[in-house]
Amino acid sequence: MTTQITSARPAAGPRKGARRRPPASNATKVGRPSFAWALPAALFFALFAIAPLVMVAVLSFMTWDGISSPQFVGMDNWSRLMDDPVMLNSIWLTLLLTVLGVVIQTPLSIVLGVWAAGNQRNRAVLSVIYFIPLLLSATAVSVLWRALLDPNFGIPAEATWLFGDGNLFGEQATAIGVLAFVSTWQFTPFHTLIYQGAARAVPEVLYQAAEIDGAGRYRQFFHITLPQLRNSMITSMILMIVGGLTTFETVLILTQGGPGTDTTISAYYMYDKAFQGFDFGTGSAIALALVVAATIISLVVVRVSGYDKMRSTMEGVS
Amino acid sequence: MRRRPNYLAGAGSLVWLFVVGLPLYVMLAATLRTRQDYAENGPVSLPDSFTLDNYAGAFDSGFGQYFVNTLVVTGCVIGIVLLLVPPLAYAIVRSRGRTTSAIFRLFLLGLAIPAQAVIVPMFYLISEAGLYDNLLGVILPTAAFCLPMSALILSGSMRDISPELYEAMAMDGASPLRMFFQLVMPLSRGGLSTIVVFSALQAWNGFLFPLVLTQSDSTKVVTLGLYNFQTEHGIDIPGLLGAVVLSMVPILLVYLFARRALVRGLMGVGGK
Repeated sequence: MTTQITSARPAAGPRKGARRRPPASNATKVGRPSFAWALPAALFFALFAIAPLVMVAVLSFMTWDGISSPQFVGMDNWSRLMDDPVMLNSIWLTLLLTVLGVVIQTPLSIVLGVWAAGNQRNRAVLSVIYFIPLLLSATAVSVLWRALLDPNFGIPAEATWLFGDGNLFGEQATAIGVLAFVSTWQFTPFHTLIYQGAARAVPEVLYQAAEIDGAGRYRQFFHITLPQLRNSMITSMILMIVGGLTTFETVLILTQGGPGTDTTISAYYMYDKAFQGFDFGTGSAIALALVVAATIISLVVVRVSGYDKMRSTMEGVS
Repeated sequence: MRRRPNYLAGAGSLVWLFVVGLPLYVMLAATLRTRQDYAENGPVSLPDSFTLDNYAGAFDSGFGQYFVNTLVVTGCVIGIVLLLVPPLAYAIVRSRGRTTSAIFRLFLLGLAIPAQAVIVPMFYLISEAGLYDNLLGVILPTAAFCLPMSALILSGSMRDISPELYEAMAMDGASPLRMFFQLVMPLSRGGLSTIVVFSALQAWNGFLFPLVLTQSDSTKVVTLGLYNFQTEHGIDIPGLLGAVVLSMVPILLVYLFARRALVRGLMGVGGK
């Protein structure tokens, strides 16, 4: 979503540039590939991603049990979802987990990323360890934490001073806490990497100028580093939001949506409806709602932040 | 001169090291202990026994087969990506046609499509095509969902090839085909290795497509094996963690060999 905006610009670049060039010599016309080069990939992608996306919209107005042929039912699935307390609750839970993810991970990964961009000696070693959660599948991470937090054999049984003797998966508040913690554990390193890359790209001149003006390290952080990280912040937040809206394995493995439906987020409810309740029509409606929500939120963030205008972070440098 | 060390952030990073490192240590230590030792002495204690039974146990419950299946899926996904993405990226970077830029926008749009959004129709499509419970049925959608990001990464690296090189070849009357094989492909090795690592990671760690599109043991992949192991042997924590460690070994190997390509690819996501 975001990368698209960053790279749409260079994509348009050469074409505009070309128009400004003197009337095309033979050299600029010869040897340009035709669109046919892009066709195989485009057709493959259309068949396996775009067509299903269209179908999910169509299926959301149908009823289908996976065996007999789908029947058109109009708005039935949608109106039932509107009155479904589990669905409404799942929307609230999805938003809650997404917001928790952004609020916890953003400051954490900015601080760690800026720190890792510095030149400390132990930085390289630490960065390698930070990196490991990125390589693990969401499945492995969830299974790992399910085992580590097992009420009888896991860490809570050891550290009763911290966890009491409660089952973390048995209460809504702690179950949500676990889900938020596990996604923080898994994804903070990724966002740290984004900020590390961006912090390295901050022009040294700005710090030198601030140094001369006598600005302290914390003022430098708030007045130079943070504003310079603006674009990366938007990118990272959009990725967190879209990631949060589509969290699935973590919930399936850690809580199965429980206790009761206390952690049934929308993506899990979609799976539950479609593939366990064989109600593929309703499942499609939830899926479509998720895509629409993810797209709208991303667009709003892009618009509100002015990211689409690509306000330069290079202001005041040259 | 770079800034002086930031002690507050340094301390924070040490705390985070603990948060990330401790679970990884507990996991590794647990897999080398007997079930009894783990149950009696708890997860954070030092092991008083040493065994490889937990790894053997994982293999006994079918992980060998799952590994082969995952390797097949990963290999085929990489194959499809390498076949489709370089010509696509080449067209994106070099073609000036309207159709190509429309196709590029299609892929940018595709970045925002989560797998969950299409899983129901995918189940329908794959069943209709007779590919349900067939590894090919997992390979095709997984590869499709690797395309947008791969196209973005590779076209980014192809853009770095200097226009003079193309012009020089055009002077010689080179066809697009010749430029592609003699100029573009050799010069985008960095980007190619990044998309290989990226697709391998996606395919190896994929869960939703295999979960919904396969059923029998003979088509199970590693992530599904883990999920099943947990539902069946949830109480055997050292055994379960042994399976987790096994599931990440190949990815760690890839990481050791392709660290640069991977980090470059992931950092590229941030943009600037």
